[in-house]
Amino acid sequence: MGDKILMKGAEVIGEAAVKAGCRLFFGYPITPQNEAPAYMAKRLPEVGGTFVQAESEVAAINMLYGASAAGYRVMTSSSSPGISLMMEGISYCAGSELPVVIVNVMRGGPGLGGIGPSQSDYFQSTKGGGHGDYKMITLAPTNLQEQADLMKTAFDLADQYRIPVMVLSDGLLGQIMEAVEFTFDVDPASLPHKDWAADGRLNREKHLINSLDLDLDGLEHHNEKLQARYRTIEEKETLCEDYHTDDAKVCIVAYGTTARIAKTAVEMLREEGYKVGLFRPITLWPFPVENLKKAVNNPVTESFYVFELNAGQMLEDVQLVVNGQKPIRFFGRMGGNVPSPDEFVKKIKEIY
Amino acid sequence: MNEMKQIFKVTPLLSKTKRSYCPGCTHGVIHRLVCEVIEEMDQFENTVIVVPVGCSTLAIHYFEFDTVQAAHGRAPAVATGMKRAMPSKTIFTYQGDGDLASIGTAEVVHAATRGERITTIFVNNGIYGMTGGQMAPTTLEGWKTETSPYGRDLVKEGYPIRMCEMLSQLNGPAYIARTSVHTPANIVKTKKAIRKAFKAQRDNLGFALVEILSTCPTNWGMNPVDSLKRIENETMNYYPLGEFKSVEGL
Repeated sequence: MGDKILMKGAEVIGEAAVKAGCRLFFGYPITPQNEAPAYMAKRLPEVGGTFVQAESEVAAINMLYGASAAGYRVMTSSSSPGISLMMEGISYCAGSELPVVIVNVMRGGPGLGGIGPSQSDYFQSTKGGGHGDYKMITLAPTNLQEQADLMKTAFDLADQYRIPVMVLSDGLLGQIMEAVEFTFDVDPASLPHKDWAADGRLNREKHLINSLDLDLDGLEHHNEKLQARYRTIEEKETLCEDYHTDDAKVCIVAYGTTARIAKTAVEMLREEGYKVGLFRPITLWPFPVENLKKAVNNPVTESFYVFELNAGQMLEDVQLVVNGQKPIRFFGRMGGNVPSPDEFVKKIKEIY
Repeated sequence: MNEMKQIFKVTPLLSKTKRSYCPGCTHGVIHRLVCEVIEEMDQFENTVIVVPVGCSTLAIHYFEFDTVQAAHGRAPAVATGMKRAMPSKTIFTYQGDGDLASIGTAEVVHAATRGERITTIFVNNGIYGMTGGQMAPTTLEGWKTETSPYGRDLVKEGYPIRMCEMLSQLNGPAYIARTSVHTPANIVKTKKAIRKAFKAQRDNLGFALVEILSTCPTNWGMNPVDSLKRIENETMNYYPLGEFKSVEGL
């Protein structure tokens, strides 16, 4: 602890999980996140943990379901097509109130798509993705330090709310190398025992981990309970960053990889005297609505520009908050293409 | 008057909840056998069952030990996660033929070949019960179901799948057996097989599965007695009883 280490993004995910007290990893190979399971396959036995290469992503997420039902911190890592296969299991985790951490190193789709960086799974992760009314906390790091820090946040929030949490990375944040400092080192034995876990009913009543309720009122009540929890999360757990938004005439809204490029663009534009800022959601669900509203209500801010690596997905959440009060423009790249800061600078200058 | 002596009692591992299984269904007998074995092996408070999707999803309320309900076909993967997290616990799945031999084929094959230290109770009645009598991968040739109304045609619908024969080809399993519960003698043999399957887990020998031939009077359109005869006369011809694999030391 305390030293900066140069690491690859996918390996940061693994080491941060170990330091967050996770000792169980189940996964299936898919590019561009293969370094994460490879790291865990080597690392977990060193700390008494277990790595299993599942026969599919479908099996992997259900192994998470089992290990979480047993009361343990558990995770998987995958990329877009693999995450689609996990959606059934994620819905079951949500229904059975099981804390699990899933990392999606997004690649371009639809279908098999490509292996370049993308943000085209925003809808899938923030709006549910699988069947039923449920939500998944979605955390979007913008650099490897944050990717490390958010792994711990992910496990903590998952346990606190008994909810699936997704760390939404992408092909760039999975593959680049940066210096990272691990500021935490959680001993799994120090974590509180989960008093709901199905771990053998020694000296207590039976525990049941279950998402089935054939009684209509019973299932409605269960849904109401989940929804109440989601409202609490929306109220308490939003994270975001304001970068030069106070005096911004144009406010960029971007997250993850796009935000780090946008930040450079803001710096370049400010050097030339353009008053441009960046609002960066870190939690994509819960979306930082109240914080964005401050930018909407800022009298000097005339318009918003949403940048994403997709055809406009977070754009819809921004539209809901801005609610027609100010113009919103959108620019997105797709297919795994990553724009340069110059492209953003050009876009801003066109409308400034 | 002679002194009364208790020679049988209902295992306390079965809950007192009212069962919703159909008359003549053999789930009740199989539930009891599993509970008796777990009780006799002193594993009551050390056991977690993973229940499937199908008729026996209702078993979430029928056992007194900890219970986890899995998605359709995924019970062996869920059990893998549980056992890897808690190697000292007794973990078993209870699955029907639609769950295990159709939608969950990949999960059971790979749990078996990895030699997961779990036990699987596989109840095969050759039909989907909960959804109302559709053709299963195990439905025999000529059997009429909701989705094979003219009788299963091997050319159109393919052949019934024999899971024990398949799984016993793998190196991971320690114990693979097929039994039946259509007569008292076979019920006794089934209990012995179940005990071996749990012993394989306790002794850390490998994956274990007992396939138990069962009935579905409701969806077969037969009374319970004729259903039991059908096992003897039809099912057992295609699904022979016996131990397909039993490693040394078991």
